[in-house]
Amino acid sequence: METKNIVIVGVGGQGSLLACNLMGRALLIEGYDAKVSEVHGMSQRGGSVVTYVRYGEKVNSPIVDKGQAELLVSFELLEAARWLDLLAPGGTVVTNTQQINPMPVIIGAAEYPSNLVEKMEETGAIVYAIDALSLAEKAGSTKAVNIVMMGKLSKYFPFSNETWQKALEDVVPPKLLEINKKAFELGASA
Amino acid sequence: MKELLLGNAAVARGAWEAGIKVASSYPGTPSTEITLNLAKYDEIYTEWAPNEKVAMEVAWGASVAGRRSFSGMKHVGLNVAADTLFTISYTGVNAGMVCAVADEPGMHSSQNEQDSRHYARAAKVPMLEPADSAECLEYTKFAYEMSEEFDTPVFIRLSTRISHSQSIVKTSERVEPPIREYVRNIPKYVMMPGFARARHPIVEERTNKLIAMAEDTFLNRIEMGEKNASGEFELGIITSGTCYQYVKEVFGDKASVLKIGMCYPLPEKMITEFASLVKRLVVVEELDPFIENHCKVLGLKVTGKELFSICGELSPNIIAEKLGVPFNKGIALDDVIPMRPPVMCAGCSHRGLFHVLGKIGAMVHGDIGCYTLGATPPLSAMDTTICMGGSISGLHGYVRAGGKNAVCVIGDSTFAHMGINGLIDVAYNQSDSTIIIADNSTTGMTGHQENPTTGVNIKGEPVGKMDLEAVCKAVGIKRVIVVDPNDLPECERVIREEMQTPGASVIIARRPCMLLKTSKPNPPLLVIEDKCTGCKMCMKIGCPTLSFKDKKARVNQTLCVGCKVCTQLCKFNAFEIL
Repeated sequence: METKNIVIVGVGGQGSLLACNLMGRALLIEGYDAKVSEVHGMSQRGGSVVTYVRYGEKVNSPIVDKGQAELLVSFELLEAARWLDLLAPGGTVVTNTQQINPMPVIIGAAEYPSNLVEKMEETGAIVYAIDALSLAEKAGSTKAVNIVMMGKLSKYFPFSNETWQKALEDVVPPKLLEINKKAFELGASA
Repeated sequence: MKELLLGNAAVARGAWEAGIKVASSYPGTPSTEITLNLAKYDEIYTEWAPNEKVAMEVAWGASVAGRRSFSGMKHVGLNVAADTLFTISYTGVNAGMVCAVADEPGMHSSQNEQDSRHYARAAKVPMLEPADSAECLEYTKFAYEMSEEFDTPVFIRLSTRISHSQSIVKTSERVEPPIREYVRNIPKYVMMPGFARARHPIVEERTNKLIAMAEDTFLNRIEMGEKNASGEFELGIITSGTCYQYVKEVFGDKASVLKIGMCYPLPEKMITEFASLVKRLVVVEELDPFIENHCKVLGLKVTGKELFSICGELSPNIIAEKLGVPFNKGIALDDVIPMRPPVMCAGCSHRGLFHVLGKIGAMVHGDIGCYTLGATPPLSAMDTTICMGGSISGLHGYVRAGGKNAVCVIGDSTFAHMGINGLIDVAYNQSDSTIIIADNSTTGMTGHQENPTTGVNIKGEPVGKMDLEAVCKAVGIKRVIVVDPNDLPECERVIREEMQTPGASVIIARRPCMLLKTSKPNPPLLVIEDKCTGCKMCMKIGCPTLSFKDKKARVNQTLCVGCKVCTQLCKFNAFEIL
């Protein structure tokens, strides 16, 4: 099989590292060669965070370059727009509709662009937008946006439900497991 | 067993499998997780040292004692440890000693983009460069064998993309190498001129042996590609580390590749032979033309930095573009997407401090840590930042040269790292410096590591706590004042007073980082709309929980931790507790 390229983006603090570990765990259980790249440090302080996930028979590059991703998953709307050029022609965007203002917008130095979903669609991308924040709240914690989005993302993989459940059990701390399992399920059926 | 491991975790695993007993490091992105992972192994004594020089010396001492040891750091940390490095190259080791250094092309979380390979060459210490997590593990283990065989410390060179990407590794069991009992050997270990003169030729001889090894080690390998229609190998690429992966991504098996796994010393015959097999020789490497210049010294016709920038990271697309391979570019939106720079967190104890410094209009010498974000809008209250500890000595020089209205800000961990030396200079040489130690009781930016001021070690055990007030007084600072940076009027009063008072003073702005497990958030605030006049005073502190809509300030209650810095700026009492 050809190597699959997925990019997970969001705002530092939204839990992209956990999402990335969940993804990696699932790929390992399914027996793929995989590379999952994260960014730590400065970029986590509320900055824009991008995570690359690649899997297949033999994976070389740890990063996904512009125009290469089949799937762009975003925990925040502006971040989907920011990283849109990573998408391959005809690729799919799965985004949370939640808007988190970056500092230039907060201080009035810039504006949060409008109608981003429509604009992304105009480029030829297939865009699915879900309100992951409400679903996370329904699951019991607004912090579970990342897992709601991973639930939604799981629909694009030919992995069994057991794989995802096992991966969740492996990477989520026990006391948060119930909320996260519910968040995953709500995301998967959104 | 097959596992998906971060490059850094794989280095730790390799060191553990090689049977190391002692590890000492200072945190620094992107190297931190190596030592965090080592701390999970019970067989290894692991510690955070106050700085990289200390860490490298601890590892060396353990090696002299006959136990395999490790020290990890980021590229700029190696500058701090350089004094140690250049001379332990002469003494060599007893048991194996490995030092991992993580470079950061692209500067995701660093103040410069230096290339550590120059250190390997300058200090004449061999350097291995893995290209994925499996090699991180394998090379680290092998480095211990090399270290003992060649009697030298050995470097593992990492970069952000290797350190921070997870890939599959095969783990095995730990070996317990026999302890190499320490035997007194004064000419080997005491580097005074008479003995060091005798050691230098040994180092040169060792380098020659290492060059010979480079010619046939498994670390360097040639992968010949496909021949063209006239039966020739068109393109030959010499590359290493993550660039090797990018090259394979772009060319697969089409181009011929010489993969360098030991970037110092480099082979000579192997490279010359590879060059003779291909029509066009190209070096693909990030940062400086290290391999390229080596090829040029060998008299080879080679292309490298003419195509690939010295600045920033490379990527598969850049390589494809420069070497004429078609690729997808992707489509960006026409809209201007506002930047999302990192910001101080909600409830950050540095926010109030920098607001006050901005209000005073002080010239601020800054340092390395979360508080460096005090330089960014809307606070914009920092004038300089160079390196760990540089703020105090920089301020001292600024003041001694007649500079006015200046202070410096340094964090607790950074103070313990190198700041303390500057403070000794200030006290000893008596300048009118006002030093602010922003004590948030952790090493925040790298992910909350323990440090000498926290009273807890890397294993989470309670230990002696460095008393900042006592240390400042002990070095000769007479005025040491503690303030709460969230109490803006008091903070302002104290800073103004100390700036006006002749002589040196230290202000300890103390409030634990809000992200620590021990920090409990207060109830969030809300804006009483009738009271808010839309004056935007509260928007001057760059709080990520605040926004402004329909001419009113608003608080994001899911993020607000009730630090009440904003309430102190509001003249209309518009903030209330939810």
